[in-house]
Amino acid sequence: MSSGMAMGRGLDDIRQIFIAECIDGLAVIESGLLDLEKGTDSQETINDIFRGAHSIKGGAATFGYSNIAEFTHVMETLLDKLREHELQVTPAIVKVFLDSVDCLRDMVDTMDGDSGSYDQDRAAQIQAHLTAFLDSNGTQAEFAHETHDDLAVHTTSSESGFTSQTSSEAAAAAKAAASSGKIWDIHFRPKPEFLKNGNQPQHIIRALGDLGKIELTVDLDHLPSFANLKPGDLYLGWKIALHAETTEEHIREVFDWVELDSDIAIALRRKNDNDDEQHQLEHEHVLVSEKSADAAEHRQDRKGPKKDSGSIRVDIEKIDVLLNLVGEMVINQAMLNQLARNKNNAQNGTVELEQALALLERTTRELQEAVMEIRMLPVSVTFSRFPRLVYDLGSKLNKKVELKITGEQTEVDKTVLEKIGDPLLHLIRNSLDHGIESPQVRLQKGKSETGVIHLSASHEGGSVVIRVSDDGGGLNTAKILQKAIEKKLVADDAKLSEVQIHDLIFRPGFSTADVVTDVSGRGVGMDVVRRNIEDIGGRVEVYSVKDKGSTFQITLPLTLAILDGQLIKVANEVYVLPLLSIVETVQVDEAKINIISGKEIVYRLRGEAVPVVDMRRVCRIEGNATLDSFFNKQLIIVEAERKHIGLVVDELLDQHQVVIKSLETNFVKVPGMLGATILGDGTVSLILDVTTLAELIVKENAQHVRH
Amino acid sequence: MTEIKRGQKELRQYLTFILDGEEYGVPILKVNGIQGWERTTPIPNSPDYVMGIINLRGEVVPIIDLRKRFGLEKIPYDSHTVVIVVRIGATNDKKRTVGLVVDAVADVHDIDQEQIHGTPEFGGKISDNFVKGLGMIGEKMVILLEIDNLIDWKKVSGDDKNPEAAGKVVETLAA
Repeated sequence: MSSGMAMGRGLDDIRQIFIAECIDGLAVIESGLLDLEKGTDSQETINDIFRGAHSIKGGAATFGYSNIAEFTHVMETLLDKLREHELQVTPAIVKVFLDSVDCLRDMVDTMDGDSGSYDQDRAAQIQAHLTAFLDSNGTQAEFAHETHDDLAVHTTSSESGFTSQTSSEAAAAAKAAASSGKIWDIHFRPKPEFLKNGNQPQHIIRALGDLGKIELTVDLDHLPSFANLKPGDLYLGWKIALHAETTEEHIREVFDWVELDSDIAIALRRKNDNDDEQHQLEHEHVLVSEKSADAAEHRQDRKGPKKDSGSIRVDIEKIDVLLNLVGEMVINQAMLNQLARNKNNAQNGTVELEQALALLERTTRELQEAVMEIRMLPVSVTFSRFPRLVYDLGSKLNKKVELKITGEQTEVDKTVLEKIGDPLLHLIRNSLDHGIESPQVRLQKGKSETGVIHLSASHEGGSVVIRVSDDGGGLNTAKILQKAIEKKLVADDAKLSEVQIHDLIFRPGFSTADVVTDVSGRGVGMDVVRRNIEDIGGRVEVYSVKDKGSTFQITLPLTLAILDGQLIKVANEVYVLPLLSIVETVQVDEAKINIISGKEIVYRLRGEAVPVVDMRRVCRIEGNATLDSFFNKQLIIVEAERKHIGLVVDELLDQHQVVIKSLETNFVKVPGMLGATILGDGTVSLILDVTTLAELIVKENAQHVRH
Repeated sequence: MTEIKRGQKELRQYLTFILDGEEYGVPILKVNGIQGWERTTPIPNSPDYVMGIINLRGEVVPIIDLRKRFGLEKIPYDSHTVVIVVRIGATNDKKRTVGLVVDAVADVHDIDQEQIHGTPEFGGKISDNFVKGLGMIGEKMVILLEIDNLIDWKKVSGDDKNPEAAGKVVETLAA
């Protein structure tokens, strides 16, 4: 980042903005490219991509990041050709552009200075590919399309000079050379003043051509941006593969006159490298694309935690709403002041005071909502990374997949959004890998060749519901059951309903390495997915029909900062129970209470035996006796980890929306408690966490039995 | 600002308070405020010296009874009972705001750092772990507290390496 060093510290802020803009710009380019790939070859899309690349180039040049400026310049030039219809959009071009986006992203990542370096070789390679398209005419673009390859410029030398070669010719040449034996890799990098000293690179290369067949790749690594280009200097280098039975001395002889003006590296290619050049090229391509798919995944993984930045981008309209509300509150306060001063005329005053207070109440509530709104972001923030993932993984797995996204404008709390990314990534990867069948199988089943993964988000009754559906093979119930029995998760003779079997994939211990390969149904780390989602107060369920596909449904709370709570009274304390975890409440009927083995209390509720616990004992509070009798008490049935538990409380109070305050800020995590909240009267109440409460109860019972 | 150097002297200000007839001091820079005792919301399964939590201007703050923390005799709270709100935390730990219940607030003193004595033969009412030294104010002695070490948060959360000990806290509570 040498070019960046000249900048003063004062520019750091602006540079941060530039980096943020780059990241946004790249996202625009990427989604535009994926649109192009789908065949929406609209002029507008190309213009969008062009604008994105252009502003990155401009910014990079301003900040002295010549590597980025150069790179985007090449992209831009090629885009211009697409725009002018001099070149047609082909999958190959899209692929090179997508690689370029990855590469630029790596470059941008290194800009803040603290994180390592990007792969310069790869950058140069991609830049060369872009240039290759640039220099090509229609036929070559077509050729690129055919081989669908990461290609370099193949140019051979013959007596007549340089001619382009089609891939079949190159292959033939390579094959011929391979049979004749040795291949020399020569890296010829003239110094900038090479031409000024009267040397001519083409003579050297022609001389090499006299020794045998040669393949030429232009090395553009050192090509500066146009602004820095000195007309008399030579910036090009060549990588030459020479197919010739010759010695290093003979080759060196060719370079005799230019040794001082250039860097020359000569190496004999190892025998096993050149069995079949063409084959190797293809192989390389596979490796590269796999690498890029892996890199994409890796990038996604890495991006996860990195995105947890403290800052948030807020719509200006939301800020305006806030400002208005604060303005109203100021007026309101003035009004109340006035009333306080005029309190002598009591008669009128009371009515006015009530009005003013009602107004204040309304404004406060609106203000609260507006502030919460600020934390809400559209799910598209998270969804936007998936089209690329599906593209990369789809080509890696040789599956045709279309990702349909709906409801991406649904807004969710930022914290929820940050935590949902990885589970979603996992589900989509699973759908692609295990759900969608290969094109052949799909055709056999009478489905269209292209599988569809549908990612949707919507608001449903105070929660956000996100679904990942595919039209693939569905869960293989027989295999899942077999696996579960093998893993001793269920008894050998267990009779499970289909739904229960589907649920097994979420069980810890179900996911093992050999499940990935053996079972075509899912089950790779699904327990982690479920745990992550439950950690943020959500649920995940699966619906699957064999050969029709499966749907994973995630239900999430709108926000983590506020929850709907049922206020309950235990002895003299008021606790808040999240409304979501309550199944039902009943008045205790003592006839239905059974005591098992002396201590454990069970309540019979419509044929189900629900373990019951006295909340006074769980929330062990000094000076409060436990209940002697459950007569006339309330029983709240809650669901924790798919089990029902009955909590006996003294009284049910109101239902309220409460703002969650962390206990850990000034204290420590308390088992059984989600946090605390401040009630209307200013007192603090603890919010119960049903999941950890259940664990506490188990421990409590164990202790109780011991006594 | 509280460090006033006069010649060799390095003076620091301490807020002093009364606990079971003795005068204790805490560095005034760690004090956020003083307020009267108010009802707390008890926290289940927490050590007995944690009286509970209160709402302090929208923040949830735990209240520690210093008498109980130091193992002194318990007395009923009265109109003199005050809560000193301090912001404390060991060097490697995060800072937390907590309220300390004391019998009464005494004074603010400048104490010469040179005049702080160690506590080898102290043998006072409270554990030496909590004491930084003895400050001299004229002829009077004030016990200066090592306030950042007042609470072992790991122990409170039952997260320390000895789960037996954490269990004991719960059991003594149950008894």
